Amino acid sequence: MEYSEIMVRYGELSTKGRNRQAFIGRLNGNVAKTLHDFPELTIRPKRDRLHIELNGQPSQPVMDRLKMVFGIQSFSPSVAVAKDMDKVYPAVLDLMNATVPQGSTYKVMTKRSDHDFELDTNGMNLAVGDYLDDKRPDLVVKMKQPEYTLRVEVRREAIYLSTETILGAGGLPVGTAGHAAMMLSGGIDSPVAAYLALKRGVDIEMVHFFSPPYTSENALNKAKELTAKLTPYGGRIDFIAVPFAHIQEEIKAKVPEGYLMTVQRRLMLRLTEAIAKQRGDLAIFNGESVGQVASQTLASMAAINDVTTMPIVRPVATMDKVEIIAEAEKIDTYELSIMPFEDCCTIFAPPSPKTQPKIDKARYYETKIDVEGLMAEAMAGLQITSIRPGDEFMKQDEDIIAELL
Amino acid sequence: MIYFDNSATTKPLASVLDTYRTVATEFYGNPSSLHKLGDKAKAVVDQSRAQIAAILGCKPDEIYFTSGGTEGDNWIIKGTAMAKRQFGKHIITSSIEHAAVGNSMKQLEELGFDVTYLPVDHRGFVDPDDVAAALRDDTILVSVMAVNNEIGSIQPIDKIAEVLKDRPTVHFHVDAVQSVGKGVRDLITNPRVDFLTFSGHKFHAPRGTGFIYAKEGRRIEPLMAGGGQESNMRSGTENTPGIAAMAKALRLAVTDEDKKVAREQAIRTEITNYVKKFDHMRFFSELTPDFAPHVLTMAIQGVRGETIVHAFEQEGVYMSTTSACSSRSGEESSTLAAMNVLQSDAESAFRISLDEENTMAEAKAFEKAFDKVYAGFERMRPQKWTATASQK
Repeated sequence: MEYSEIMVRYGELSTKGRNRQAFIGRLNGNVAKTLHDFPELTIRPKRDRLHIELNGQPSQPVMDRLKMVFGIQSFSPSVAVAKDMDKVYPAVLDLMNATVPQGSTYKVMTKRSDHDFELDTNGMNLAVGDYLDDKRPDLVVKMKQPEYTLRVEVRREAIYLSTETILGAGGLPVGTAGHAAMMLSGGIDSPVAAYLALKRGVDIEMVHFFSPPYTSENALNKAKELTAKLTPYGGRIDFIAVPFAHIQEEIKAKVPEGYLMTVQRRLMLRLTEAIAKQRGDLAIFNGESVGQVASQTLASMAAINDVTTMPIVRPVATMDKVEIIAEAEKIDTYELSIMPFEDCCTIFAPPSPKTQPKIDKARYYETKIDVEGLMAEAMAGLQITSIRPGDEFMKQDEDIIAELL
Repeated sequence: MIYFDNSATTKPLASVLDTYRTVATEFYGNPSSLHKLGDKAKAVVDQSRAQIAAILGCKPDEIYFTSGGTEGDNWIIKGTAMAKRQFGKHIITSSIEHAAVGNSMKQLEELGFDVTYLPVDHRGFVDPDDVAAALRDDTILVSVMAVNNEIGSIQPIDKIAEVLKDRPTVHFHVDAVQSVGKGVRDLITNPRVDFLTFSGHKFHAPRGTGFIYAKEGRRIEPLMAGGGQESNMRSGTENTPGIAAMAKALRLAVTDEDKKVAREQAIRTEITNYVKKFDHMRFFSELTPDFAPHVLTMAIQGVRGETIVHAFEQEGVYMSTTSACSSRSGEESSTLAAMNVLQSDAESAFRISLDEENTMAEAKAFEKAFDKVYAGFERMRPQKWTATASQK
C-alpha cells in the first residue's frame, strides 16, 4: 500500500500543561533528527498531531524508526485524497482491500476540521459505510471494539484515510527532562541504563573510557555502535571517548592492589563529573547494579561516590542480571554487548579487588597519584563524536563486501 | 565448442573470479587474526555465510564451509556415526548415491556399522515405503540424494521426510550437490531435512569450495581437528576468497531460477525429441517433472559410451559417459546397474548435462553433430539391428 503521510499522535506530554509547546517542539526536533536520512519527507507539526508527508518514500522504514521515538503515543499511515467523493470512494476501497482481511469487523470514524465540506461527519460516515456495504459485503459493521477503524479526516487541504493505528514507544521526548552524562562501558548493563534514561526524557551523552594500546580499536567501535543503536529513541547522541591508559598505569604503579579498582573508579567518576560540568549536564547515569561485582557493592559505591556531589542515577540498580539481559535483548544491544573485546575495566582488574573498601583509605591512596595533572591530561585528549541513527562503526566494510558478493 | 558436461563441473563465471581475485588481494588477512586485516577477512566470511543462509532460509550458524561435496558427504556421514554410535549403528542409504556417500558407507561397514542400501525402481527412484520398512530402533542416519547425478531423477525427499517425522532423532542427510538452481529448493529445504551437502564448482564457483547445512541442535563430530575454525566444527584456515566467490556464485545461480529451469528444460526436450526418432536409442532420463531439467542420459545400443564421448568430442561437443568421477575407471554406472538396466545398455550410456549458459542454438548444433556421429556408428552396430533399421 502506498501511503501519502504518517499521522503521529503525541504521548504523555498532552497532560503537561504550559510546558506543552516546549515538549512538542522537542519531539518534532527528535523526529526530524531520527529521520535525518530520509530527505524526501516533509514534517509538519500541528497543535495535537504531527504530520509526516512521505512524498513517495515507502512508509515501512519510516514507521520502523518512529516506533522507537519516545514521546509518541501512536501513529497511523494515511492516504491523502482530493476532496471529491468520486475520488474518495475508490481510495477507500483500495485501502480497505489492502489492509482489512475478509470477514473482519469495522467501523467508519470521521473527523472534520473543514466545516465547508459538502458532507458533515455523520453524512460522511453514512456515505462511506453505504459504499463499503456494496463493495465489501464480507465486512461486518461493529460500533463497539471493531477489529478495524477506518478513520476519515476532512481537512482543508485534502481528505485523509487510515485503517491502522500503531502503538509508539511511549515515554517522554528525549531532552524534556534535561541533560546528563551517561557512563557507557560496552557491557550489557550500561546500554540498558542508557535506554531507561532516554525513556524518561533524559538527553544523555556517552562518556566512554578507552585505554589504547591495552584496549583495541574494536572495543571503542563497539561502544560507538552501541550508542548508534540507542540514537533512534531520541535522535543524535554525543559520544565522548576519554583516554584512560596513562591514569591506569599510574594507579597500577602507586596504589596497592586491593584498592586499584576503587581508585580507578573514583578517577572515572571525577572525569565524568568534570565533563558533565563543562557541558552543562545536571546528573550522571551509569549501569551499576547493586552487588553484581566488587565495584558495585554498597561499600564500593560509597567509596567511589565520595568524589562527587552531583546526583548519580542508576536505572538498573535493583534489577537482576536476567532482567537486564532480557531488556538488552529487547532493545537489541545484547548481541553487541557480548562481543569479546578487552575493555579498560578488565585489562587492569586486580585478581581480588576489595568488596568492602573504606572511604578514608580510598581517599588516602588516591593522594599517591597526581589527580589534577592526570585529569587535565585526559580532559585535553577527549575525542567527541556525534552519532546519528544509521551510523555504523563495527561493519565499516559491509557495503564494500556486499558489492563483492 | 559446446560444453554439455555441467554435472561434472561448471566453468567459473568471470564475475565470480573477479570477486575471488579482489578478496584474495585485498582481504588476505587470516580471519582469526586479532588485527584489522583479520577483522576484514572475518567480515567477508561472516557476510558470505549470512548471504548463503538467507538464500536457503536458515540461520547463519547452520552453514559450515568445506572444501566441496566429497568432504561434506564424508563429514556428515562419518560425523553422525561418531556422534551417535552409542545410540545405534544402523544407517540407511540408497544404492544410487554418489561415491562420496557410497564409499563413506563402505568404510563405516568395515568399522562395524550396519548399512542398508535401498533399491530403486526401473526409473531410478527410491520408494519411501522401503525407507519405512528399513527403519530400526538403532537407525541413526538416513542419507538419500536429492537429484541423481547420473540420470537426474529427483528423489522423493518430501515423502521420506514424512516417513521420518515419527523418528525425530534419526539424522536425515540429503546430498544436494546437483540441486542448485534446478528448481528443487522447496524440496531440499523441507523442515525435516537435517543436513545438506553443497559443492561450489557445480554452480560456477571455483573448485575447492563447498558448504554444508547442519540444522541447529543436530550434533555431528568434526573430522578436521585443529585451530577451531567454523565454531570448532571444521578446522583449517578459511578459504576466504573461495568462500566469497561461492556466495556470489550461489546468489547468481538462484537469480531467475525459474527462467533458467524453463530454458534448460526446453533444450532437453528439443534434444530428446530429435534423438528419439533414431533407432537403437535407449533413454534413462525422462521429460517428466520428477527429473531434473539439466540431465539427459541415454544410450546408442551397441556402441560403448566412451566411444560415443570421443566421437562427439571430435565434433566439438563435450559430455560424459555417466558420472565423470567413475568414467575414467571404466566401471559401468552404479545407478543404471541399480535400475537393473542390461549391462550392454549401461555400457552404451552417455550423459548430456546442461546449465544456464547453454542455448537452443547449441542444441541445434548438437543435433547436426549427432547425425554425423550416428551415421559413423552404422558399421559398429550388430547386424540384426542394422537389419531392423533397413526394414523400415
